[in-house]
Amino acid sequence: MGADSATVFSPSMSASQVARAARDPNPPAQRRSAAPWQDWLFEHTTMFFAVFVLALLLGILLALGYAALPAFHKFGLDFFVTNVWNPVTSQFGALAPIYGTLVTSAIALAIGVPVSFGIALFLTEMCPATLKRPLGTAVELLAAIPSIIYGMWGLFVFAPLFGDYVQPVLQKTFGNLWILGPLFKGAPNGIGMLSAGIILSVMIIPFISSVMRDVFEIVPPVLKESAYGIGCTTWEVVWNVVLPYTKVGVIGGIMLGLGRALGETMAVTFVIGNAYRISASLFAPGNSIASALANEFNEAADPVHRASLIALGLVLFVLTFIVLALSRMLIAQLAKGEGRKT
Amino acid sequence: MNRKAAMKGFLAAAALAFGVHAQSADITGAGATFPYPIYAKWADAYKKQTGIGMNYQSIGSGGGIAQIKAKTVDFGASDMPLKPEDLQAAGLIQFPAIIGGVVPVVNLEGIAPGALRFTGAVLADIYLGKIKSWNDKPIADLNPSVKLPADPITVVRRSDGSGTSFIWTDYLSKVSPEWKTKVGASTAVAWPEGVGGKGNEGVAAYVQRIKGSIGYVEYAYAKKNKMTTASVQNKDGQFVQPDDDSFAAAAAYADWKTAPGFYQILTDQPGKTSWPITGASFILMYAKPDKPGNAAEVLKFFDWAYKNGKAMATELDYVPMPDPVVKIVEDTWRAQIKDGGAKPVWN
Repeated sequence: MGADSATVFSPSMSASQVARAARDPNPPAQRRSAAPWQDWLFEHTTMFFAVFVLALLLGILLALGYAALPAFHKFGLDFFVTNVWNPVTSQFGALAPIYGTLVTSAIALAIGVPVSFGIALFLTEMCPATLKRPLGTAVELLAAIPSIIYGMWGLFVFAPLFGDYVQPVLQKTFGNLWILGPLFKGAPNGIGMLSAGIILSVMIIPFISSVMRDVFEIVPPVLKESAYGIGCTTWEVVWNVVLPYTKVGVIGGIMLGLGRALGETMAVTFVIGNAYRISASLFAPGNSIASALANEFNEAADPVHRASLIALGLVLFVLTFIVLALSRMLIAQLAKGEGRKT
Repeated sequence: MNRKAAMKGFLAAAALAFGVHAQSADITGAGATFPYPIYAKWADAYKKQTGIGMNYQSIGSGGGIAQIKAKTVDFGASDMPLKPEDLQAAGLIQFPAIIGGVVPVVNLEGIAPGALRFTGAVLADIYLGKIKSWNDKPIADLNPSVKLPADPITVVRRSDGSGTSFIWTDYLSKVSPEWKTKVGASTAVAWPEGVGGKGNEGVAAYVQRIKGSIGYVEYAYAKKNKMTTASVQNKDGQFVQPDDDSFAAAAAYADWKTAPGFYQILTDQPGKTSWPITGASFILMYAKPDKPGNAAEVLKFFDWAYKNGKAMATELDYVPMPDPVVKIVEDTWRAQIKDGGAKPVWN
């Protein structure tokens, strides 16, 4: 799977090369086609596949929107800003799951990005050749583990250890500090937002690190060698040469990881505690959108309850879309500055 | 020409295959997860005896209700009985198929299973977050002989909608007015307190690993995982231990005869030996089924299960329906499930 995610990115690289080639001032002479209808068929078949994806996406969006209508009709925009989830009185608001989704994903990125960066850096710049392959494969294998396994492992192995040995230490160290204190309040039972965020970080590290490693590897050796040649340290080379050269790919990798973190379901459900609550403490149980859906969809007989869950799904869809759009914008912004700076 | 003939032959064979398949169709059902193990076991034994399979999908009670209303299955199953007026509006009838008990389980060091005593009111206050510590007065007063730690209580409950939660919250609503007004009873509620585990196994796992926690699971899970259960005071003021006998007692005391549409929730039943947190799982069918043949097969299956499935049920820690109740149920089948010509589909 890690290899897949890497190849997801390399086509976009080669696409830009293709684009560059297209702008070539001396294009090759036009080729004559032997059977024009074959070209026509090929073009339209592939176009159909591509458009089909778009249609599917729109279809899902419309279906979600339509099925969520009863919820929006009943709660209006309040649905997004109220923190209530009561199936008995049929009152629903999405604030707590939205909050939980964002917080756990933020924790996952905060841990996952530096670690992945370190892994990629080590594998490409410093790793002895004999270790390169086994380590790289191990990281990619992490990505192939089904998320339910992460959930089980999180609940039965990670949560007890985390609750017994890590949380008390965190509480002792930071618990009395002015700003950090409230983050570590509550019973250290190994279950909650922080645990969910950490499990998520383990899950997204293989995605981010394998994309980072792949893009780090395409940096032309001549650039790195000239930097080393003028006396740069490894860190200076990575920070000033490799990273600027690969920033588009790196951001892409991070967004890929974030996308997975936002939508992760089973692993989060097991360790987040599943309480519709917004609490400053990271030890407190919370809920995420995907986990709320996984938990309640089966037994949601009340139409408003069902519609509210679908509306949650729509929110997740839009959130993911916004993340993707932001990353595109960021990449575009970076690409614009590229020519001028250097 | 040859190819055409082959095609024709293939189509005929396909038609035959599908035709035959339609004739001896298995019966299909969907719904509650709580009775799934016993339905699956019954179906297996029934298939061996009669050759007719029963395909049950445990998609949850809500799903079961939706599926039977959409007529995609021959019967639906729900842990939460539908109200008589809802049944009438949808043209459905319901009957209880199997009984089980929900038990409180705790994780407290040095306390033997069954040693701890609760009343419904105390359980409700714990789940409301009003009793926060194990040595708080209400718990200590009930358990003068037990040495209770001063640890905080961690409340564990289900995160998914579930019949088990319905039975639990229904009981708490019956014994605590405050629970009734603040939270209420349903398969999923707005829990004022605690962490949510997914499924009985999730709750069992949380309780087993969080020190000072209390949760509720189906009896079978508590037994299998050797968890510390507690006794609960019933309506007659007796503290009873959860077991097959106390569940059966609750089912026997229930007044099925006068309950319209078998709308009978078995929590907080009278009787000296009744376990107060007992529940039945229900089957939903159409009173005028589109396919009377299939409906008859379903009823045959449950008739067989009532009569021959008792040992299997007890083995899995469910309580089979008591014989007098079975008689009332089967009378209802005769009286209410009719085909197009107003003839009972099962006799």
